[in-house]
Amino acid sequence: MISRRRRYETIAELGIETLIYLCGISAIIFVFGICFFVFREGLPLIFKEDTSFSLGKFFFSTEWFPTSMANKRYGALALIVGTLTVTMLAIAIAVPFALGATVFLSEFCGGKLKETLKIVIELLAAIPSIVWGFIGLTVINPLIIQVFNVPVGLNALNGAVILALMAMPIMVSIGEDALKAVPDNYREAALALGATRWQMVFRVLMPAAKNGLLAAVLLGVGRAVGETMGVLMATGHAVNIPFFHDDGSFNSGWMFESVRTLTATIAAELGETSAGSDHYRVLFLIGVLLLSITFVINLTADLVVKGIRKQK
Amino acid sequence: METKTNMRTKQNSPLTIGLLIPALCAAVLLTGCGRKGDGSTKATAVQNIGSDTMVNLAQAWAEAYHGVNPAVSVEVSGGGSGIGVAALLNGTAEIVNSSRHLEPDEIARARAKYGSEPREFKVAYDALAIYVHPSNPINEISVEELGEIYREGGSISKWSDLGVTLPGRHDEIVRVSRQNNSGTYHYFREAVVGAKADFKPGSRDLNGSKDVVALVEGTPSAIGYSGIGYRTDKVKVLRISRKKGEPGVEPSVATTLDKTYPIARPMFFYTPPDAPAHVTDYINWVLSTPGQAIVTDKGYIPLEAN
Repeated sequence: MISRRRRYETIAELGIETLIYLCGISAIIFVFGICFFVFREGLPLIFKEDTSFSLGKFFFSTEWFPTSMANKRYGALALIVGTLTVTMLAIAIAVPFALGATVFLSEFCGGKLKETLKIVIELLAAIPSIVWGFIGLTVINPLIIQVFNVPVGLNALNGAVILALMAMPIMVSIGEDALKAVPDNYREAALALGATRWQMVFRVLMPAAKNGLLAAVLLGVGRAVGETMGVLMATGHAVNIPFFHDDGSFNSGWMFESVRTLTATIAAELGETSAGSDHYRVLFLIGVLLLSITFVINLTADLVVKGIRKQK
Repeated sequence: METKTNMRTKQNSPLTIGLLIPALCAAVLLTGCGRKGDGSTKATAVQNIGSDTMVNLAQAWAEAYHGVNPAVSVEVSGGGSGIGVAALLNGTAEIVNSSRHLEPDEIARARAKYGSEPREFKVAYDALAIYVHPSNPINEISVEELGEIYREGGSISKWSDLGVTLPGRHDEIVRVSRQNNSGTYHYFREAVVGAKADFKPGSRDLNGSKDVVALVEGTPSAIGYSGIGYRTDKVKVLRISRKKGEPGVEPSVATTLDKTYPIARPMFFYTPPDAPAHVTDYINWVLSTPGQAIVTDKGYIPLEAN
């Protein structure tokens, strides 16, 4: 009786183990599958001969006319610059707020307030990006026009504000984990030495948790680079290098120029291109570029977090 | 005793999880199938995909047709004329809405799939309206001037070039356009910018007809083009002339039908050559008097004045 039961349990155990193993490696299979697919669709264009596409133009030309009847041009420089501009501006806006929120949540508030704040911040993360885009188009656009007296409010600043709001929750939750990971005896030691709470936060906790906080920022960057629908609607989606006027002089109002991001270009154009055309493949190349960017960012974040573990 | 029970539960818990996962999967699959089954037994579904300009109209037709023939349920989705055509070529749409003619290579590919050309039905007209902010003093503009505003290398970039002074100090024309593969974008290029020319880079290329109007509503120095069906109270529609100096024409049913309004275009249904009877019945109803009355209701232009 007992041995029969044992045998049944062994078989069941084996079955479950295989199932869980498959679930585990499925993530790896999916990631490689996606990479393979994106590369397979995009790369043939690089080696194709009778096409107006060239890698040099792709990286260094701002002329994006993929559906032109007379002269198709595939220059993605303006899109790359657009993505970098919006992302950097978004991080510059988000980091101070996220850091403040992190420190407040983890060190200065407790009990009910903390729980409520955490729920609200998570709610911020749950708002669909198309809703953010809609807010950008109908609320922030007229607001920017009024406050800054500029001709149009769909611009880099608008996109960055929306991205900052979207990237903040992930930064706060990972940053809070990093502060929580600092052992309590650091805090006790600092206070015992007569430090104020601010001195404790800035001189003890921040240096101790700096890797984790950096990782939080990097993951926020990854989130911002990959965001699509919100920026599609809020940045104005204009092929434009924001930093220069037509005559080549520096544009100090670059924040108020409309830009276009890599992700938004794929979203707006891929649906209607015919599969296998040059336009289709160039959009997949943009996908390859995005994958590489986010891969590097995530890898850096990962290495930075590993750095913390080693220190301990 | 206690440790023993603990061990038993420990051993059992992965088993329960292991049973739960497939059970959940099965439940999801079953409910998914159930829903699909219900839909197909109730009414014959007709997939109607395509033009973003036509989506409001197509939806109104589909809803009204439900009252006429409940046995057929027309399911409308937008996305753009190009998406519709792609669906036709993949065989996933019975009716495609398109705000432009099929291009020669698209017809060739349809012929390769179906053996003969897809059928084309002209179902309504759309007047392409030029929208500006209500505070803008301009009332009319010519197709020539529009070309200079939107064309790559065009000579007009400021409102003062048109002899207009905006309230406030912004003179730059904020050009609002569409993403580069929408049917409206193609038509505008053909009719205004020039078929072989390109758009001036830096226009705000929005992703929907409605978004264009929404942006113009909130932006005093903007100009944009979109179907007349998307007109709202918070934007101004300009009168259009063919050449500078000629009197401008207001977009309306009469001016579209007698072709005095220069930027109007037909809108089409495309079906595979062997469309079944319930699809052709639907199209015949769309072309009939009640179907065309809905065109007028929705702010588009019917095939004939009624």
